[in-house]
Amino acid sequence: MRVLVQSEAFDAGAELNRFSAGHSGVGAVVSFTGVVRDSDGDLQEMVIEHYPGMTEKAITKILEEAMSRWALADALVIHRHGPLKTGDQIMMVATASAHRAAAFEAADFLMDYLKSRAPFWKKEVTDAGSAWVEAKDADEDALKRW
Amino acid sequence: MNVVYFAWVRERIGLPQETVETSAATVNDLIAELKQREERYAAAFADTSALRVALDQELSDFDAPLAGVKEVAFFPPMTGG
Repeated sequence: MRVLVQSEAFDAGAELNRFSAGHSGVGAVVSFTGVVRDSDGDLQEMVIEHYPGMTEKAITKILEEAMSRWALADALVIHRHGPLKTGDQIMMVATASAHRAAAFEAADFLMDYLKSRAPFWKKEVTDAGSAWVEAKDADEDALKRW
Repeated sequence: MNVVYFAWVRERIGLPQETVETSAATVNDLIAELKQREERYAAAFADTSALRVALDQELSDFDAPLAGVKEVAFFPPMTGG
């Protein structure tokens, strides 16, 4: 289990290769990478604020919950903060399990919880000014699935 | 206790954190005290349904007691991922 909260860019391919290696009995590795999207074509940057200290604790708790609910061999979360540009990788999640169902479900669970329960806040800076991204009711509702 | 603010709460109040001397029993009591200070606090705490609170870096509730708590954080709903 590994949690990385950092401002620096990461190499998703290298991280996935490192994560996938060295697990005997693993038949499935699922990964998700979140990328900065320019919805309206005028994004200058996306700034991600976080709560140092709580962020690491909250993600660890979410990972521990996933490890207890699914038969995972391992799980990884990397989440960046600070100023990012369109196309930059924001975060990645990876799960490893004997079979794909557990790996897919656990990755989906991790994404839902990271979105609404890890203390990050996104601010979009556009040509028109800057605005905090508002949480969606759908994101909160997604937690009820679990 | 240490009170910290994030995202638009931080911007509205104009501070990332401050030390608050208080005998407030609950988070709601602390909010009531802060709102009386100045308009910028009243504006930030006008609608607590738009806010979340963490006590010592754990998500909590507005009616939670503050006894023994060292750090209170106020912020909008999170937008990670």
